[in-house]
Amino acid sequence: MASETTLTWATVAPAIAEIYLAIAVCVLLLVDVFYGEKRRGLTPTLTLAALALGALLTAQFGAVTERVTLFNGMFVADELGHFLKLAGFVFVGFALLYSRTYLEQREILKGEYYVLALTALLGIFVMVSAASLLTMYIGVELLALSVYAMVAFDRDSGIAAESAMKYFVLGSIASGALLYGMSIVYGVTGTLSLDELAGQLRGELSAGVILGLVFIVVAVAFKLGAVPFHMWLPDVYHGAPTSVTLFIGTAPKIAYFALALRLLAEGLQGAVAEWSQMLAALAVLTLVVGNVVAIVQSNLKRMLAYSTISNVGFIVLGFVAGTPEGYSAALYYTLVYVLMSLGTFGVILLASRKGFEADELDHYKGLHARDPMLAFVMMVLMFSTAGIPPFVGFWAKLRIIQELWATSHPWLILIAIVMSVVGAFYYLRVVKLMYFDPPGELPATERNTGARVALGLNAAAVVLLGLLPGPLLDLCARLLH
Amino acid sequence: MLVQILFYLFGAFLVASALGVIVARNPVHSALALVLCFVTSAAIWLLLEAEFLAVVLVLVYVGAVMVLFLFVVMMLDIDLAELRSGFTRYAWLGWITAGVVIVEIVGVVTARNLGVDVTRGTVPLPEDYSNTAELGNVLYTRFAYPFELAAMLLLVAIIAAIALTMRRRPGLKVQDVAKQVAVRREERVRIVKMDPEKRP
Amino acid sequence: MLDSISSLWFGLPDYARSTAWILLITVSIIICVALLTLWERKVIGWMQLRRGPNRVRIFGLLPGLGQPFADVIKLLMKEVVVPANANKFLFRIAPIIALVPAFATWAVIPLSPELVVADIDAGLLYVLALTSMGVYGIILAGWSANSKYAFLGAMRSAAQIVAYEIAMGFALVGVLMAAGSLNLGKIVLQQQGGPLAWNWFWLFPLFVVYFISGVAETNRAPFDVAEGESEIVAGFHVEYSGIAFAIFFLAEYANMILISALTSVMFLGGWLSPFEGYPIIGDTFLAKPSFFWLGLKIFVFLFLFLWFRATFPRYRYDQIMRLGWKALIPVTLVWIAVEGLMAHFRIGPWSS
Repeated sequence: MASETTLTWATVAPAIAEIYLAIAVCVLLLVDVFYGEKRRGLTPTLTLAALALGALLTAQFGAVTERVTLFNGMFVADELGHFLKLAGFVFVGFALLYSRTYLEQREILKGEYYVLALTALLGIFVMVSAASLLTMYIGVELLALSVYAMVAFDRDSGIAAESAMKYFVLGSIASGALLYGMSIVYGVTGTLSLDELAGQLRGELSAGVILGLVFIVVAVAFKLGAVPFHMWLPDVYHGAPTSVTLFIGTAPKIAYFALALRLLAEGLQGAVAEWSQMLAALAVLTLVVGNVVAIVQSNLKRMLAYSTISNVGFIVLGFVAGTPEGYSAALYYTLVYVLMSLGTFGVILLASRKGFEADELDHYKGLHARDPMLAFVMMVLMFSTAGIPPFVGFWAKLRIIQELWATSHPWLILIAIVMSVVGAFYYLRVVKLMYFDPPGELPATERNTGARVALGLNAAAVVLLGLLPGPLLDLCARLLH
Repeated sequence: MLVQILFYLFGAFLVASALGVIVARNPVHSALALVLCFVTSAAIWLLLEAEFLAVVLVLVYVGAVMVLFLFVVMMLDIDLAELRSGFTRYAWLGWITAGVVIVEIVGVVTARNLGVDVTRGTVPLPEDYSNTAELGNVLYTRFAYPFELAAMLLLVAIIAAIALTMRRRPGLKVQDVAKQVAVRREERVRIVKMDPEKRP
Repeated sequence: MLDSISSLWFGLPDYARSTAWILLITVSIIICVALLTLWERKVIGWMQLRRGPNRVRIFGLLPGLGQPFADVIKLLMKEVVVPANANKFLFRIAPIIALVPAFATWAVIPLSPELVVADIDAGLLYVLALTSMGVYGIILAGWSANSKYAFLGAMRSAAQIVAYEIAMGFALVGVLMAAGSLNLGKIVLQQQGGPLAWNWFWLFPLFVVYFISGVAETNRAPFDVAEGESEIVAGFHVEYSGIAFAIFFLAEYANMILISALTSVMFLGGWLSPFEGYPIIGDTFLAKPSFFWLGLKIFVFLFLFLWFRATFPRYRYDQIMRLGWKALIPVTLVWIAVEGLMAHFRIGPWSS
């Protein structure tokens, strides 16, 4: 029988982000139904306000000093979750800020787009705070379903519909694998709670747990986009409207980090030897395929998709280490990567105009001559993603390699370094196109002040965090001590 | 004994209909086989004394989901020959996958039942036990959080479906019922008084 | 004599008694359907100032009483034509699929205080599940016949039934909120205490919605676009002849009786007597709950079905959809919220 818990403010306060967001979604939906048609800019503005308010409320009331579970052990609140939720608010806010003009020009600036973005964020929060297999699965689905719809949002675009279809079908298979793995683990252990799971799985593992684990690892790899489960990623990044690519490429990565952390590192920590082997194999493949295939791409969005894959390889390497320090390195890498890809896709959005998608590499020839600011921001981001000091991307890669060294994985370090060098080639090619090639006959870039200020802040963050990496590194280490 | 016979009977039907779903050439037959599949799994659940789940499975999947599914499948004009044309090209991949899965299943089944203690039987429940009431109790207390989230999930599905399919076409002649109801006689009927015959 | 019969009866094993009841109920429903068709033609005839069927007599009694039996014999003698290119298996099985749920649902309906064939806890859900399966008969009939008219009728009917099922289900949610149980027997018992304690009073909007949805579910006038003679000949059963057609006919009328019975059980106190607790009547037959009262209530609702058919013009298809989705479903949702308030303030069914 269920325990008698009365809901008081104190017992639900750590879940304020989720509760607030669910209410905000409903309110925005209703506001959009009644006023969305008459005042077109209303829902986007309100959404940004709602995100800001949510971040404030979460920062004010959602903080916890120690790990607590709520809702009969279905929900866990800890410092990590609190921080990731704040980050989620900020990243989604920036993503929506960048995309407004883009959406407007393609006539897909609809209230539903913003509502779906918020439900996706809710899914992210649920995953971040999941303390049971059940809530984790629902979070995964909540995020995935919202994102499928966003990919297909531009209904006049055939390529978007195609990529949404691919994403949906492959994503459903991955969800199925996740559910299958979870139900096997549940069947063998008889518990849904991740804490109890961690307590039960000790010593020799039964064949059933291993079987379930395989499916769970496959699903996590799919969601992250690790090779050989990466096939959806280039198609979706390429086919989706750029604003959606920006969205997919940023905030959900936090959720997938949480997915891997909560499921593998916390719930199945007893099986760390097994899954870290599986992840090591995946990471090697991911690094090699991601970096090598990215070289031959002529489409920038597709190239960035492969770049994402190669970066996922690094995040997975952090998990391969299998220590709290390794996870904190993966967390740091994830945050840094999200920050950088937020800026990169922001540049693509600002370089696009009505009827013109700046998604081919050739479209960036001589960008410096046409728009020095965009070119400079892009250069900073490309240097950082390539891992060139003093930008923040360098520290992220360094942290991962440090942790691999600490857990003595010399071969993985070697592969990581070689592949970083290979990767540097295609990042620097973008810089070369922008600064050393003559500008062609291309439309002018977008001048949206708000988005430009945000982009400037974004690039400044990349530079500043690179010059002063200490605070964020310490924070990541503290969150996963 | 009777329960076992019934179990194997329904089990056989279930497997056969599940096979039917994938081997049937006509998509409508596939959908119907799926319906049979749901009904037999509901029957198996009944044997497990999970009557609430069994009935809900029939109610939701057979009664609503599959009706709409059939509805769509019947409306589709699928050229079967074209659909099957490239099918055999990938057959080898399918066979390999099937082989791997079979080997895995055999491996798992022979590996001492996945480590689960299968000899432990279920405890028979008391006569007045109602799993409907019991499910209701845990659903709104212990599982309230995932239950609410599932509701959000359905809301997202509705929003997505409507956002992706509803398109306001210009020039559509839709009736506005409110306007129709609000119409008054004076606006539509003009009574003309005239003599039945022409005046001389 | 009576003693020996009753001792024989109670000496039977459980399954034999259940089987006997099942047979008895099924046969009675079939006979009721036959009489209902006659009653329908008579009533509509009177409403239209005609006489209705008045030729075929049984044993020289009551002009017209033999009409339904004559019709059945006629249909039995006719050939069942299977159209060319029809899907023969589905074409033949469709009428049976339409018929079975209409009969199987009776298993959980409490006919009198003592009599219910299967007293199961999730009875209400069982009813919903089975009534929702009846649509397969119609869809399959329309599709397998390989005829455009039949297919159009089937599609209309499928969309209509799925739409009204939701309103129906929500109306029943209200009932089970009042009863606190899914068991139909308990739902009846909860309504004890005279006509004003029956569910129709406190759940009046749900009662109306339920019965309207019931009429739509059975594809009866004014919701009979699935047959729509003027546009699509006879809809989903246009290709059926002989006894196959008769089975569809049987299913439709059996469903009418079923919906009437369900409405009586859910909203009008089932087998409860309306004169319960009146001192004048005392402890006579009238004050006691019995099958008589359920039968009377069913009869009233059946008469409403016929009355509707004689009175209302047929809805247009889009109007049906609008009524279902935009009127009935919101009404039920609002009333469920109102019920929540009633339960909170302990009004009506929740007062005790």
